[in-house]
Parts: sequence; structure tokens; C-alpha cells
Amino acid sequence: MPESPTTSLIHARGLTKRFGTFTAVDAVDFDVAPGEAFGFLGPNGAGKTSTMRMIGGVSPVTEGTLSVLGLDPAIHGPQIRARLGVVPQQDTLDNELTVRENLLIYGRYFGLARPEVARRADELLEFAQLTERRADQVEPLSGGMKRRLTIARALINEPQLLLLDEPTTGLDPQARHLLWDRLYRLKQQGVTLVLTTHYMDEAEQLCDRLVVMDKARIVAEGSPRDLIERYSSREVTEMRFPVGIQETLDGRLDDLAERIEWLPDRVLLYADDGEAVAVAVHDRGLRPETVLVRRSTLEDVFLRLTGRTLIE
Amino acid sequence: MTAMVGTIGRVFEHRALSYRRTWRSSIFTSFLSPVFFLAAMGLGLGGLVDASPSDALGGVPYVVFLAPGLLAATVMQTAAFESTFPMLGGLVWNRIFHAMHATPIEPRDIALGHLAWIAVRMTMISTIFVAVIVVFGAARSWEVVLGVPAAVLTGMAFAGPISAFSATQKTMDKFNAVFRFGVTPLFLFSGTFFPVEQLPVFLQPIAWVTPLFHGVAVTRALSLGTAFDDPLGLVVHLGVLLAFVVGGGWLTVRAVERRMIR
Repeated sequence: MPESPTTSLIHARGLTKRFGTFTAVDAVDFDVAPGEAFGFLGPNGAGKTSTMRMIGGVSPVTEGTLSVLGLDPAIHGPQIRARLGVVPQQDTLDNELTVRENLLIYGRYFGLARPEVARRADELLEFAQLTERRADQVEPLSGGMKRRLTIARALINEPQLLLLDEPTTGLDPQARHLLWDRLYRLKQQGVTLVLTTHYMDEAEQLCDRLVVMDKARIVAEGSPRDLIERYSSREVTEMRFPVGIQETLDGRLDDLAERIEWLPDRVLLYADDGEAVAVAVHDRGLRPETVLVRRSTLEDVFLRLTGRTLIE
Repeated sequence: MTAMVGTIGRVFEHRALSYRRTWRSSIFTSFLSPVFFLAAMGLGLGGLVDASPSDALGGVPYVVFLAPGLLAATVMQTAAFESTFPMLGGLVWNRIFHAMHATPIEPRDIALGHLAWIAVRMTMISTIFVAVIVVFGAARSWEVVLGVPAAVLTGMAFAGPISAFSATQKTMDKFNAVFRFGVTPLFLFSGTFFPVEQLPVFLQPIAWVTPLFHGVAVTRALSLGTAFDDPLGLVVHLGVLLAFVVGGGWLTVRAVERRMIR
């Protein structure tokens, strides 16, 4: 992990955001290296968006240090924003304008000359697969198209750093996969991506490195693989027993796995060899209704770190 | 400073781009409104008023009295409209102001660009209005062309404070009250349709502190060609309007900054 602010695109130490007495972000430390895809993973209200807004130079830091592209957002907000692309959680497209006009005017906000903006807009329409819709109003576009347009818009200034706040929330699987593909291409081109998500598959697909946030703090940090190794096992065996049986199993499985989680409807056994666990259970004369052996995912890490309680 | 002019200009450019979609109907409305009002109130009602001439109107036909007052009052109404819905739209409904803030544009630029656009709209409306006044033969002096900047100043005296108010709102619920208890009474009682001296004595001071009263006084004096007969009065009227413009502009910048930088 890069430690010095000179090599990091983003450098945060003790970064804190308070709204009155409420602490949204509580003394977090992190660095993002050039070319990296870095994720903030966490449940709703964990402080991800507040952190992104501070990085984006639109929300003042309450305490701590933050440097973005080597600059202080408190002093150089506009200079930082000139080199950022921002994809906000809520669409902020102009529904009164056409698809292409949305790109043109956004380029003008950066002070780009009209011919240059027009050239980039046409390229980005192609990139976002929206060329055929370029003259249409924004309003009737599907959610996936609007997101793609928002991403295209965020690229109009050829940013070094792209901030994406829950880029695929609310999209259908096809739209999500298309978006991931576009983001992956950007990463290949050397654009640094910083994203928040509560989708584990998204984090695993896109992020080289991520931090898990919970209750305004960072509770874990590493690559998806690191985190799985550290906080989960290689495999998970999920078993569902007939009604009434699960309650009688207390203590009878404890030696079979590194960790066992008892959920109301099933038992999760965390072990390196899930198949062996399933066989051992069978050997003990137990007959689960269903057995599923799968690889551990970030979701297991996430639930272990942030708990299963519903956050609302 | 030049950078700031540039960023304000881009906010303005956005409004102009949106306006391109509706400019024809908008210009047409700006033209029809004074024609209808002057025909109905000036000629129709004026025919009755002029049948029993009164010194209160300064010895001119009613349409001559009414037209410049209506200019200021109409501009005020449009300014109020342009200061409410587009402001809340940018902050809350389509969140376009937040999209702008993600670029080098600052909230201050957004506030000032919004006001600059309103000033241009006011100029368009009052130019058309003054042309209609001239066509109706309701101007007594070529000074009426100075009624354009005077009306813009009047409109901006409302645009600032109302925009500042709008920037503090989360919903449009209170806009109705702004129009019903603010704009409409001013429209009726600030000397547009009759001299404020006709009001009960205790109500007259209220008229004096509202910008529309001063705006009407200036546009009317210009249209009648009497504005420069009373330089001190002119300076006071313009001073009051200017104070509202500057104060309202400052409040708008502050309100938009408070709303967006958090």
C-alpha cells in the first residue's frame, strides 16, 4: 500500500466528517494509487457517500488530512474537480436536453472549447453505446442508458480519477454487466477508479483493493482475495435440515469447520474443503435436505464484519 | 476574476441552451401579454376612466398612465416565477446544480449565473413590452426606452430576495404563498393601476418600502418624460432598487452556498 502522499492519488489520514453531532465518517485512513480500482464497501449509512463527497471536493473535511491529486480540496476544490469525473448515486442529468446536449453542456462546464467538446461527445456516445439515441430526450431512457450517459458525461474532461457512487444500483443484470465492461475498459486505459458499492460481486469484479466501512469507520482493508482469506474460509458448506432437526444438532458439528454460523433456516460451515465437510456430516448419520458447497465470497466477509442485522 | 466570469458564463450558457427549446412560445407570450393587458385595461377600462378625467392620473389618458406601470409589474411577475421553480429545480428536482458543482463551477457561480440569466430574460421581456407601449401610442417621451433598464432593475430587485428564499426550500409548498401574499398584492397595490395616494393613508408607507412602487415610479416618469425633472426623486428610487438588487444577490449567493456546501 502506498504510504506517501506524493505517490498516492488520494491520501487520507484521520479523515472525519460530522454533521452537527452526527459523525458520518470517523477518522479513516486510506490511500489510492494511480491506476488502481479502489472500492468502498459497506452497508447503507456506513459513510461511503460522505467520504466520496469529500474526495470530490464538494463537501468540506471536518477533521484530518485529505489530499486529492496532491492538492488540498479546501483550497483547490475547482482545480481538483477539473481533473475528476463524478458519477453520483442519484442521476443529475438534464431531462430537458437531449442525450448529446447533456454531454456538450457538461464539457462546457469544464471550459472546453465547443469543437473539442463535440468531438469528445461523439466518441463517448460510441463508448456508452448511445450513438443511436443521441438526439433523443433523456427522460424516456432506461435506467441502464441513463447510467451509461452519466458515466460518459463524467469522462468528458478526460479525468485522471473517476468517482462512482453505487454505479449499478437499481440496474438489471444485463445493464450491470455492460457497465462493468465499460468500467473495466477505462481501467485498462489507466483511469483510476474509486467506487462505492454494496454489491459484493461488483466489488470482486472491479476492485483491486477495497476497504469495508461500517458505522463510519474502516473495519478491514485489502484485495478481495486477501479479505476472503483473512475473514472467511476457502469454501462454505450450506446445509438445510428438515424442520425441527437443526435445533437438535447443537455441538455435533463443531469440530467439522473453522467456524459455524447458525441461521434460522440453515447452517453455514466455513472450511477449506467443503466437500469433505459434507461427507463428514453424512458419515455422522445426518441427512440434510439440501447441501450446497460453494467458494467463499466477499459477501461472507461483509456479513462477518458488518453483521446480519438489517440496517435501515 | 476572469475565471469567475467564465464559470458564471457557463451556468448562464446552460440556461440559454434549455431556453432554445421554448424560445418561440416564450417570445410570443412576452408579446401577447402586454397587448392583451393594454387593450383590455388601457383601452377598455381606460375608456371609462377617461370619461371622467381625474387629476390623480396627472392629466394623461389612462393607457398612458397604466402602460409603464404594467411594464414594471409584469417584469416583477416573471422575475418571481424565474426565481422560484428553476432554483428549486436545480437544487432538488433535477439536481442540475449538483452536476455543475462536480465540475470547476462553484455554488457562487451557480447563484450568479442563475441571476444573470434572469436579467437577460427581463431585458427580452421589457424590450418587447416597451415596443408595444410605443405602438399603442402610450409613451409620451423617447425616454421610454430607458424604461428597459429600469424595468430590469425592478425585476432583479425581486429576483435576488426570492431566489435566496427559494434556495432555502425543500419543496414548492411555500411558493404559492409567495405569489398569493407577495407578488399579487404588490401587482395590485404598488401604483400600477392607480396612484398609491388612492390607498388609505396608513397603507401608503407599506407601498413605499416595496421595490415595485419605486420601479413603477421610475418607468412611469420615463414614459411621461418627467423623470429628469426631479433628479433627487429619481436617485432615491433607483437607490432603493439597487439596494434590493445587491442585497438580494448577496443573499442568493449565501443561500446557495449554504445549501450546496455541506
